[in-house]
Amino acid sequence: MFTPAAKSMAEQLGLKLGRANLDEFAATLQSLAEADRNIVAVTSDSRGSGKLAPFGKALPKQLVEVGIAEQNLVGITAGLAACGKRAFGVSPSCFLTARSLEQIKNDICYSNVPAVLVGISSGVSYGALGSTHHSLHDLAVLRAIHNLTIIAPADNFETRAAIQAAARTTKPMFIRFGKAAMYDCSSTFQCRDERAGRSELDIGMSSYSVGQVRVLRDGNDLAFIATGETVIHALLAAGQLAGQGVSARVLSMHTVKPFDAAAVLKAGRECRAVITVEEHSVHGGLGEACAATLLQAGVSVPFRIVAIPDEDTVTGAQADIFRHYGISMEGLAEAAHTLLKRA
Amino acid sequence: MRPIPITDHELAQKAAALRQRMLRLIVQAGAGHTGGGLSCLDILNVLYNRVLRVSPETFTDPHRDRYVQSKGHCVEALYVVLADRGFFPDADLDTVCRYQSRYVGHPTRKIPGIEMNTGALGHGLPICLGMALAGKMDAAPFRVFTLLGDGELAEGSNWEAAMAAAHHRLDNLVAILDHNTLQITGHTRDVMSNEPLDEKWRAFGWEVRTINGHDYAELTRALTEPPPAGKPLFIIANTVKGKGVSFMENVGKWHHGVPSEAELAAALAELDATIHRFST
Ligand SMILES: [Mg+2]
Repeated sequence: MFTPAAKSMAEQLGLKLGRANLDEFAATLQSLAEADRNIVAVTSDSRGSGKLAPFGKALPKQLVEVGIAEQNLVGITAGLAACGKRAFGVSPSCFLTARSLEQIKNDICYSNVPAVLVGISSGVSYGALGSTHHSLHDLAVLRAIHNLTIIAPADNFETRAAIQAAARTTKPMFIRFGKAAMYDCSSTFQCRDERAGRSELDIGMSSYSVGQVRVLRDGNDLAFIATGETVIHALLAAGQLAGQGVSARVLSMHTVKPFDAAAVLKAGRECRAVITVEEHSVHGGLGEACAATLLQAGVSVPFRIVAIPDEDTVTGAQADIFRHYGISMEGLAEAAHTLLKRA
Repeated sequence: MRPIPITDHELAQKAAALRQRMLRLIVQAGAGHTGGGLSCLDILNVLYNRVLRVSPETFTDPHRDRYVQSKGHCVEALYVVLADRGFFPDADLDTVCRYQSRYVGHPTRKIPGIEMNTGALGHGLPICLGMALAGKMDAAPFRVFTLLGDGELAEGSNWEAAMAAAHHRLDNLVAILDHNTLQITGHTRDVMSNEPLDEKWRAFGWEVRTINGHDYAELTRALTEPPPAGKPLFIIANTVKGKGVSFMENVGKWHHGVPSEAELAAALAELDATIHRFST
C-alpha cells in the first residue's frame, strides 16, 4: 500500500503502523459484548472475514449465524434491534449494501430501529477479486436513504470510537472499513497535547464525535477532505507538500452523514483549493457532497474529486488500484500542485 | 395482558362489522387492497381478539407478543382491527392516505400497535426471525407472528428465512399464510406456481398446519396450540379473496379495486345481513 517514500514520510510525521481497522473493530466489539450481553453480532458466513471467530468462540450466545443470506441478515438484525438487542449485522460491504439494500432502507432506516450495519472489506479492499467484491457504490446509495448515520473511520482510533458510539446508538448506523493495516492518523491530532496522561477512552470522548470532522493537520494553502482509509494518504501528502512550501489542511470526514457542512465551508473559505479523497466512485460520495455544500453556499474554490472514476475499475490489488487512480501520497501531492496553479 | 374472552358468534359478528368499516375506509381513502384485506380479516380478528398477548396498555411491554404484517398492503384490515381493539380512535381512520396523515397505505411504527414498517414483500419473516431470536436469547415468553401473502412467497428472502428459522429452532415463531390463491395478475398458480406448500415448508423443517382461514375454531386452535419443541410453525390458512362480499369473492379485479357508491351500498347491505344472522 505504501511506497518506501510514503513509509519514510510516515516515520517523519511520527505515525505508527497499527493493525487493520477490521481487527480493531472485532476486538472492540468483543470487549463491549463481554460487558453487555445485549450486544449481538449477526454474520452471513462472514465471521472469518469479519475477524469474529474469537467473538463467536468466547460469546457463542451473542453471535447469530444466518448463512450466506444477506437479505435475511439485515432483516434479522432489524428484528433483534426492535426487540432491544444492540445488533451488529456484519457482512462484506459489497454484498451488504447492494443485495440487501431494500432491507436496509425499509427494515432499518424507515422502521427506525437502532441497528448497526458493518460493511467489512469495503471499497476496493478485495482489489484483485474484481468488481463483484468492490463496494464503490455504498456511500452513494446509502446517502440517498433517509435516517442513516454513515461512518468510514480513518484509523484504529476512529474505528474504536465509532464502534463504541454504535454500541450506544439509538438510530440506524452504517460503518465501513477495510482490512489492510492502518497507520495511526490520530497521533497528529491537533489536541495531541491534551492527550498526555489520559486514558484512551477519555481521549475518545474528547476528540471524537459522530458527525464532526476531525482536523488532523492545519494549513491554509489547500485542504484535503478525506474519508476512511484514504485519510492517511492525504496526511502523508500534506507532509510531503510541507517540504515543498505548501501548507495543507487535512480533514478526516469520518462521518459522511450527517455531514459536517461547517467544517467543509470553513476549509473552502480559508484555503485556496480543496481536494476530496475517497475510496468510492466519483459519483454520489464525499466529493459530490462537498461540491454541493460549497456551491450552494456560494463558496467558489478550485476543487477536485479524487476517487475511483466511472469506468471498468483497473485490476490489481488495493494498493495498485489506489496508486493507479492517484490515491497515494505522490498522487495527491501532484494533484495539489496542479490544482494550486489554478488558484 | 390476557386475551379478552369472546365467542365464535361474537367474532363472526365483529368480523362483518369490521369488513364494513374496512370497505367504508377504502372508499373514503379512494384506495386500498380490498380483496386481500377481506381474505385476511378473520385471521387478524382471531389474532387480536384471542391469541396475541398485546393490548394498547401493554404495547410497550418487552414481553408482549409481536405481530408483523409482511403483506403490508392489506393495512386497511389491520387498521380497523387495531382501532376496534382501542389502539387508536376510530376517527383517526378518516385521515387514511390523506395529506400529512400518519396513516399511510402500508403499516408504519408511527401508528400505535404496529411493530415494524412493511410494504415491500418478503421482509416480514426475516424481521420476525430476529425478534424470535431476541426472545430466545432472553428466555422471554413472547411469541412472534407474521402474515404472508401467497404471491409474496415468490420473494426469495422468505426461503432464506424459512431455512434459518428451522436451523435456529425458533418454536416461538409463527408464519401465517393468507392462502387466497390470487395475486395482482391473477391466479398464483399461473403467475408463479408455489405448490405443494405444505411439503415445501415441512421439508424446510417447519411444523405445518393447514386450516380454513375463515373458521374461528380452526384458527384459534392452530394459532394457540404450541408446535413441537424446536419447530417454527407455518399455518396455511385457506382463504377466499374478497371474503364476505359475494360479488368480490375470488374476483381478481378486487385486488385493489375501490368500490363505487352503489357497490359499497350493496356490500354493506350484504354484511348487514351477516351481522343480523349472527345476532339471532
Ligand atoms: Mg394472494
